[in-house]
Amino acid sequence: MRLVLIFLIGALFGLGIVISGMGNPAKVVNFFDIAGTWDPSLIFVMGGALAVTLVGYRLVLPKDRPLFDTAFHLPLARQIDRRLVGGSAVFGIGWGIAGFCPGGALPVLGAFDASVWLFTGALVAGIMAARLGPGLIARRASV
Amino acid sequence: METEFTPWASLAGGAMIGLAAVLLMLVAGRVMGATGILAGALIPASRADATWRWVMIAGMVSAPALYLVATGGWPEITVPVSTPMLLIGGFLVGVGVTFGGGCTSGHGVCGIARISTRSIAATAVFMVACFATVYVVRHVVGG
Repeated sequence: MRLVLIFLIGALFGLGIVISGMGNPAKVVNFFDIAGTWDPSLIFVMGGALAVTLVGYRLVLPKDRPLFDTAFHLPLARQIDRRLVGGSAVFGIGWGIAGFCPGGALPVLGAFDASVWLFTGALVAGIMAARLGPGLIARRASV
Repeated sequence: METEFTPWASLAGGAMIGLAAVLLMLVAGRVMGATGILAGALIPASRADATWRWVMIAGMVSAPALYLVATGGWPEITVPVSTPMLLIGGFLVGVGVTFGGGCTSGHGVCGIARISTRSIAATAVFMVACFATVYVVRHVVGG
């Protein structure tokens, strides 16, 4: 039951991405191109999403536990450090270069467009390099 | 290249993204960040932890087919950048979201909805970096 619901939630998220235009890099890049062919649509995506989550989280999070788990899994980090700022800056640069963010790309993998798969392959390589790379370098340095 | 301004579709799609985030919190107690879900699926903490993530991703990927059934057409995906830019951008996004601890969905929607100062800072940084990058790519380099 839990996994069926999670599948449906994934489909709802994916449809939201597709309908909103977040899965279309031409629209995403145009949102960031105020000096050129500006398309302000993505403001409405963010606005629609936040309007629902700001209210919805306030209804859900005061509960003792989620329906199918013993506790809520919320991020514990509080600090605004160089890692957060530097990582987010690199993400923003990559987003501006490619036009896809992770949430925009994953659902449209199902549209079988080769460019989405190329982007996602590079995204996975970047995640693996950042997760595993520092450990490998440290291990080599310690030998 | 111009794209059509779509305030209603974007608002509706955004609300669906927000609803999916609220439902995932209610059902599984999880933050709906595409980065976290993907990274946890690639490098899982345990087998059970990987399962729900892959199911969620499968649900997302089903969205274009559902969209096809509902509307009779595939979602529009226009990639306004070259393949090398897609790959470089994708790799940078992967590295950036790993160090930054999230992307547009995790920080920009779920984090801001929890009024996390960390997520508000991260969102401000990646949005500004993306605006600057698109400006440089389109009006300085590409000018």
